[in-house]
Amino acid sequence: MDNTVVCRHLSKVYRQNTVAVEALTDINLEVPKKDFLCLSGPSGSGKSTLLNLIGGLDKPTSGEVEVDGIALASLDKGALARLRLERIGFVFQSYNLIPVLTARENVEFVMQLQGVAAQERTNKAMEILKEVGLSELANRRPGELSGGQQQRVAVARAIVSEPSLVLADEPTANLDSKTATALMELLVHMNTEHDVTFIFSTHDKLVMDFSRRLIKLHDGQIVEDVRRK
Amino acid sequence: MSPSAARLPLLLMLAWRNLWRHKRRTLVMLFALVLGIWSMIVMAALIRGSMEQQVEKEILNLTGHVQIHAPGYRDDPAVEHRFAVTPELASALHAKAVVAAGARVRVPAVISSERESAGVVLVGIDPQGERGLSFISQAVTDGAYLSAPDDPGLLLGRKLAERLETTLGRRVVLMSQDANNQIADRGFRVVGIFDADPQALETGYVFVGLDIARQMLTIGKDVSEVAVMTPDRKRLEEIVASLRAAAPGEDVAAWTEVEPMVVLMEKLHNVVLLIWFAVVFTAMAFGLVNTLLMAVFERTREFGLFQALGMPPRFILGQVLVESLILLGIALLFGNLTSWISVVSLKGGIDLSMFAEGLEMVGMSPVMYPALAAGDVTAANIIVVVLGVLASLYPAWRASRYVPVEAITRT
Repeated sequence: MDNTVVCRHLSKVYRQNTVAVEALTDINLEVPKKDFLCLSGPSGSGKSTLLNLIGGLDKPTSGEVEVDGIALASLDKGALARLRLERIGFVFQSYNLIPVLTARENVEFVMQLQGVAAQERTNKAMEILKEVGLSELANRRPGELSGGQQQRVAVARAIVSEPSLVLADEPTANLDSKTATALMELLVHMNTEHDVTFIFSTHDKLVMDFSRRLIKLHDGQIVEDVRRK
Repeated sequence: MSPSAARLPLLLMLAWRNLWRHKRRTLVMLFALVLGIWSMIVMAALIRGSMEQQVEKEILNLTGHVQIHAPGYRDDPAVEHRFAVTPELASALHAKAVVAAGARVRVPAVISSERESAGVVLVGIDPQGERGLSFISQAVTDGAYLSAPDDPGLLLGRKLAERLETTLGRRVVLMSQDANNQIADRGFRVVGIFDADPQALETGYVFVGLDIARQMLTIGKDVSEVAVMTPDRKRLEEIVASLRAAAPGEDVAAWTEVEPMVVLMEKLHNVVLLIWFAVVFTAMAFGLVNTLLMAVFERTREFGLFQALGMPPRFILGQVLVESLILLGIALLFGNLTSWISVVSLKGGIDLSMFAEGLEMVGMSPVMYPALAAGDVTAANIIVVVLGVLASLYPAWRASRYVPVEAITRT
């Protein structure tokens, strides 16, 4: 089976003055296409660090990451940006949206960078905003939206261009259980119908329940990798 | 649509909206930029206007645009350095490119009243030919201007009249050296008193009829100089060339050769303008860099997010540069507009007569007229745009160099 993500002997050490903090230690991971994977573990276990390395937002201290068969270490800054633009969608835990753009413009942002025509962009953005229940608020700026609404706009932006991989850090944070369930159902739909691979980092049991594979991290190491039916 | 073409409206929209995110800060910066551009252009107009005035004054003060002399006259303006106006030269002086031309006798002399005497330059003029050629036809404030080349009267400067303790209607004696190296003298009645700017003209020159001067100096139909005015100073070289061809044995010189100090002053003014531009722009550049750096630092996480979402670093650099360009563009629009309004409203001149004495010492007129030169406006605009973009490169470069994960997690 094709792998969307491959991590080989991945380690990340942060230096704080003279102290070295090992955030990840020798991670080996294969994420097949269409996987719906959840990273869990206590705070500081390395979940966000692993997502950042997979997304090419940070460089590993050692080891390598491949996304869709492309070794990230071989790419310069511009090529990495292009890879993220074309293949990866991100949902961050906080500060997800561009404050000067409306919800619709935020959703259109990635498509605009990709060169998608204006009308097609707008149609897709409005469609996905409808699916996350925010079509009425499309012309509001992030400052005029609640935390949960902002999070849904961020999810809409991450999936609207149907990337091969979506990396989501606490995607259901700030959402009530009903909205979170609806959102997860949408992501499952994207996963099954559009072959989008999802990797979540979460503490939320709801997200874990939806995922088909659960990886537990502890002190920067994978301590459990369970595939569920 | 190519990605680059699709990105351009996004880049412009982001730049525009970010600019107005902190309205007060942007407006303060805009005000500073407009003030700087205004001061650059208005100061340039004042300096250029003052310079033009000085040049025009110098040209009207008996210099003209072109002068023709016998060889050696400019080093030794004596009676022996004279020449005859040939038919070829006379014909050239009637060319379309010449708006006024006049022959003069111009030699050193001594003027005496019954009480005092003074060294002067005796200028024999054709009163009609001098109209439009020099200041004298407009300068007589008491009495009358000379009526013809054989008018026996004399025009005296007010200051010199005071020094000689003489006045209108009184007689004075002019003494000079004639063509035979003999002392030539002649009595004249003062028929007109003239005022001049600078006052040195009032004490340094006396004017008599051309034919009377020729008779006194026994030089026949010869002249000391021919002064020429042209409609357009830009055609000076062409006119000088045609006059040289018409008077091959004579010294034909443009005003720039006759008055090198004025040319030097013109160059000095240009340097002063450039220094002024540099000083004003440096002050503006600090403000611009500071504003953009603040805007970049407070948007660190946003730039990290842009990179995470796949915005290329050069696009981020472009976004900050476009912000700067929009700011500069608005500032240039209002800067140019306010400058133009200021210069138009000052068209009547700025009266600096309370500093008249000091200004005269440096050859300036007590009324300053601004002159907006297209070259100065263009230079100011180009300097602001080019150096403004250069000054913005550092903040833009900083914005494009963030490591995404560090930028996003920065608090």
